[in-house]
Amino acid sequence: MQFTSFLQDGRLTVALTGEIDHHRAKGYIQSITAKIEAYTPNICVLDFQEVTFMDSSGIAVVINAMRSMTRIEGKLLLSGLGSQPMKVFRASGIDKLVEIKEAVL
Amino acid sequence: MKFENYMILDFPSKSTNEAFARSAVACFAAQMDPTLEELGDIRTAVSEAVTNCIVHAYPDALGIITLRCRILKDHILDIVIKDRGVGITDVEQAKKPMFTTGGADRSGMGFTIMESFMTSLTITSEPGKGTRVHMRRKLQRRK
Repeated sequence: MQFTSFLQDGRLTVALTGEIDHHRAKGYIQSITAKIEAYTPNICVLDFQEVTFMDSSGIAVVINAMRSMTRIEGKLLLSGLGSQPMKVFRASGIDKLVEIKEAVL
Repeated sequence: MKFENYMILDFPSKSTNEAFARSAVACFAAQMDPTLEELGDIRTAVSEAVTNCIVHAYPDALGIITLRCRILKDHILDIVIKDRGVGITDVEQAKKPMFTTGGADRSGMGFTIMESFMTSLTITSEPGKGTRVHMRRKLQRRK
């Protein structure tokens, strides 16, 4: 699983890349859960800037990250969403459950 | 002739073929001069249907997925994704948002997304025999 993440001032940023489908989602879910458990951040940002395609498997990635953050009473943010992933989030109603921000630099 | 062009693909239910299937359909649809948004919608719907075959139709072994695309008159892209897997006992229940038998790494939103991204969606399934997902998308004609 190739992706970068960094921790600064209690904020964990995970940069997702490429195409997120069922083939890749499991790896993301496991790695993100492990990182959240290891660092217990106040805020976790999933950065979608480099995501070129996402199907409903991406929703499961977000829901699992949300569960992990809720467990440690932290907050989840999504950033840098392109129009295709955004449309999938809107169709699922997830955009109402999680805060979506512009790219965090 | 009822269709203007068509293609048929058979491939095993390996998860690496999710990306292959949606890309193949996008390449085929390119001749219809779709917008980027239309292409994104079609790729997403195909990805959902093929993932269902891989996760649900053939849970324990590899099986064959058949993908047929046709271009119909009036600028309609017609897609059939068929498996000979376990089938769906209750299609209406399977279509419900958030319903899944796939576990925590599945969202249960596949059919909801196919339904909202395509013009029409028909699912026929017989337990033990397999499932056929038939989707159509009417594309805009660009001036």
